[in-house]
Amino acid sequence: MEKQILTTKNVKLSYGDFEALHGIDLAFNEHEITALIGPSGCGKSTYLRCLNRMNDQIDGVNISGEFKLHDTDIYGENTDVVELRKHIGMVFQQPNPFPMSIYDNVVFGLRVAGVRDKAKLDEAVQTALKQAAIWDEVKDKLDQNALALSGGQQQRICIARALAVSPDVLLLDEPTSALDPHSSRQIEATLLQLKEQYTIITVTHNLQQAARIADRTAFFLQGDLIEAASTKQIFMNPEHEQTRDFITGRFG
Amino acid sequence: MDKIRESILTTSRASKLERRGKIISLTCLGGICLVVVAIFGFIAYRGLMTFTSDHVSIIKFLTGTEWNPSVSKNGAPLVGALPMIAGSFLITILATVLAIPFAIGTALMMTDITPKTGTRILQPVLELLVGIPSVVYGFIGLTVVVPAIRTVFGGSGFGILSGTFVLFVMVLPTITSMTVDSLSSVPKDYRSASLALGATRWQTIYKVVLRSATPGILTAIVFGMARAFGEALAVQMVVGNATLMPYSLVAPASTLTSVLTTGIGNTVMGTVQNDALWSLALILLLMSLAFNLAIHLIARRGAMKR
Ligand SMILES: Nc1ncnc2c1ncn2[C@@H]1O[C@H](COP(=O)(O)OP(=O)(O)O)[C@@H](O)[C@H]1O
Ligand SMILES: [Mg+2]
Repeated sequence: MEKQILTTKNVKLSYGDFEALHGIDLAFNEHEITALIGPSGCGKSTYLRCLNRMNDQIDGVNISGEFKLHDTDIYGENTDVVELRKHIGMVFQQPNPFPMSIYDNVVFGLRVAGVRDKAKLDEAVQTALKQAAIWDEVKDKLDQNALALSGGQQQRICIARALAVSPDVLLLDEPTSALDPHSSRQIEATLLQLKEQYTIITVTHNLQQAARIADRTAFFLQGDLIEAASTKQIFMNPEHEQTRDFITGRFG
Repeated sequence: MDKIRESILTTSRASKLERRGKIISLTCLGGICLVVVAIFGFIAYRGLMTFTSDHVSIIKFLTGTEWNPSVSKNGAPLVGALPMIAGSFLITILATVLAIPFAIGTALMMTDITPKTGTRILQPVLELLVGIPSVVYGFIGLTVVVPAIRTVFGGSGFGILSGTFVLFVMVLPTITSMTVDSLSSVPKDYRSASLALGATRWQTIYKVVLRSATPGILTAIVFGMARAFGEALAVQMVVGNATLMPYSLVAPASTLTSVLTTGIGNTVMGTVQNDALWSLALILLLMSLAFNLAIHLIARRGAMKR
């Protein structure tokens, strides 16, 4: 049995009167990539944002259920959201580097955490950019504005930025959907390397991508988790009819 | 075949309309350009008279501290505009500097801190403040600010400080609403990314939101300054209108605009006194050009950063 790092039980979320998640039980193994798939609007992003409490800011949201990172309650009374997010990093659908230099982007998380030591920051930048597989491309222009880079490069800067604070879990919400196929493949390769050190949860609407990189795959449908199993099983021999229909492209 | 040919070769009603529309808008545009050029030309022509036909040196005009156009000394009239130039700049800068923190604070309330209630309450207030005529501001300044300053600092109460307070209220809505625009144009994604990296809301505001919005905020400030620099009536009512160097903030002073509004009706076209006022108007015009230029430069630099 793999070690579970993040577990959620009976997760329900409603935006005002609209219930977007109807009770999700899902757990994530350490050093694995889990892909969340499902038709658009089924609640994948909503669920993902619960994990690092990004839904907290939205007005009228009601969240219930049990969320545990190791044994710590993510929504516990004494849980500091700011600290929590250093353990659970996030990369968004649209590459969103800040309008500042590559260097300043990558050290952002460390700086807000109070790290001032230049040597430490330099080292973190190098490590994070190497992990995100973009060091060679940008090492000579770290002081250049990150927005001058291509979309794929920007997304890898965003990955590096998330990695620089050394999270345990990395959440990615359709990280390649705004990118061309070549850049997408580069990001996929990067994620495969990263799982040695991180636990990765990625939403994707690209089924081939899930098949290529994910160890486990979870299929969402209209706010319910239909099935979660090894990627192989989901794609070769799913238990549920709906999963089969989705995988074979009969809907969604 | 012939039918197609005929229909393509004859000018349709739609393209005739299109041509007519084009001619109308071009004529309007040409008219406006003509007016602008005429205004510039006229002010420059009259404004330069002081130097060409009245033999005042430009240096003396800009650095002289004595303003008394009807008196001549050494063959040239006494038209030192420095007191007014200094007064204008002082009042503008003080009012803007005072307004900046309030404007940014208010704008942040509306975009980031309490967007719902902030916008609901502050938006109408700002619109109201913009709509109040300047004479009303001047009147309030005259009946409230001037006596208050008289009580606190002594003297007459008229002066740069009173002007500063009145202008502060007048530029605040301008700077605030433009700052709101620039803050809300910062992508929501930046805020999410910053929070997701473990930044607090306050860190997100000052490290990401304010920083990304800086070009826009600077533009807002320059707009506010331009408004302050050009405001005449309200300032004239509280500044004291003494053409003396503003050595004290609570002593009567004057600005370019206040001297113009008080003086222009009391002089005869073509006289030295009148020419000197036109020269002040020319300075005002050049300054508003400078403000415009600054706004464009900031906008361009901001655009390059993106
Ligand atoms: N901020 C929000 N307010 C209200 N409803 C929302 C909000 N975000 C998402 N939803 C709704 O919740 C459902 C799930 O959305 P989402 O999690 O974005 O789906 P997915 O990422 O799987 O495409 C959708 O019906 C969507 O309209
Ligand atoms: Mg989504």
